[in-house]
Amino acid sequence: MIGFAVTMLVAAAPQDRVIQVTAERFKFTPSVIELKVGEPVVLELTTLDRKHGFQIPDLKVDENIEPGKITRVRIIPVKAGTYEFHCDVFCGSGHEEMAGQIVVKP
Amino acid sequence: MNDPKTRRDFMKLLGFGGVVFASGLAGACANIGRRSGSENDDFFFVQLSDTHWGFKGPPNPEAANTLRQAVQAVNALPRQPDFVVFTGDLTHTTDDVAERNKRMREFKAIVADLKAPVQRYMPGEHDASLDEGAAFQEHFGPTHYSFEHKGIHFAVIDNVSDPKAAIGDAQLDWLLADLKPLRNDAPIVVFTHRPLFDLAPQWDWATKDGSKAIDLLQHWKNVTVFYGHIHQEHHFKTGAIAHHAAQSLIFPLPPPLSQPKRQPVPWDPAHPRRGLGFREITVDDSRLVLTLKEDSLEGAVS
Repeated sequence: MIGFAVTMLVAAAPQDRVIQVTAERFKFTPSVIELKVGEPVVLELTTLDRKHGFQIPDLKVDENIEPGKITRVRIIPVKAGTYEFHCDVFCGSGHEEMAGQIVVKP
Repeated sequence: MNDPKTRRDFMKLLGFGGVVFASGLAGACANIGRRSGSENDDFFFVQLSDTHWGFKGPPNPEAANTLRQAVQAVNALPRQPDFVVFTGDLTHTTDDVAERNKRMREFKAIVADLKAPVQRYMPGEHDASLDEGAAFQEHFGPTHYSFEHKGIHFAVIDNVSDPKAAIGDAQLDWLLADLKPLRNDAPIVVFTHRPLFDLAPQWDWATKDGSKAIDLLQHWKNVTVFYGHIHQEHHFKTGAIAHHAAQSLIFPLPPPLSQPKRQPVPWDPAHPRRGLGFREITVDDSRLVLTLKEDSLEGAVS
């Protein structure tokens, strides 16, 4: 079961909580993102060095993070759980470690 | 057959599209008409994968020796294969272009000692994803191609030169055009680096548009895929297509999604080459039965 509603956005709605996530070789900051069920959130993804990817396979999220751009992903968690995300644009030795978790609490 | 060691010690029968167990197959095979007609016309080739030449780190403190040991082990086989194929990640990635080229030159120099008369190569993401295959092509040639060998059609698919791990429509068009002249019962072997199916997308063990390749390949009855990337033996079927992953020659990785992170299996000084090895694939004279034998590097060489 997919525990999120996911939307790609140009800009966040005023009422949404915004979480800024930076990507750089070979980590995301923060690497653990805590959310609450039912709370709409916009992830603003930026890169500090080169192109990276942002994939959450369980939620069918698959985005690129391009230098100089902000990639926004709006999500509404509907189910508690842990969802893995990782960089899916090969970025060098250490790419395999570039991953994180979205932890949704009740 | 529950003992993995025992299982590995013996030949395993796995066929093109599962036809290995069909007793009536021999009659069907007589119609293929692509054979030389000799009494015993079987042959075998060897798959080596994920040698990661240039890697340094705790998962394999002996990495500077492992590739040479693999060459030594293949050369020590009782008879030599018709060819060897390296299914990607020949070298470990580096940002330094000069170092990348140096590693590829060193790799070629080491595997030049193989006695097997023919060597086939394809890139892994470590070889090709940072420069979209430029250095690989300079040293090893095209990243996707096909060839015929003794009645088998072999196709090499590149799912790594695109750093996003896609094959791409242009290459899929090429694949379709390449296979189109073949009869639908022609024996076809595909070599690629990443799994074409979604083995574990959470660990990046997938190909973005791999389902398109599988949909295309399913028009032929006898297709087998050999790949690497996941550093362990693995067998899976999508419809009639069998997919076989090979052990690596650098360090083993854990079974898919068996732990939170895909970190290498820790090196064991008592068994420094455990989990490393290569595969012999024997093709019988019908060209429709493949026999896989997994060879461990542990104990194979001094």
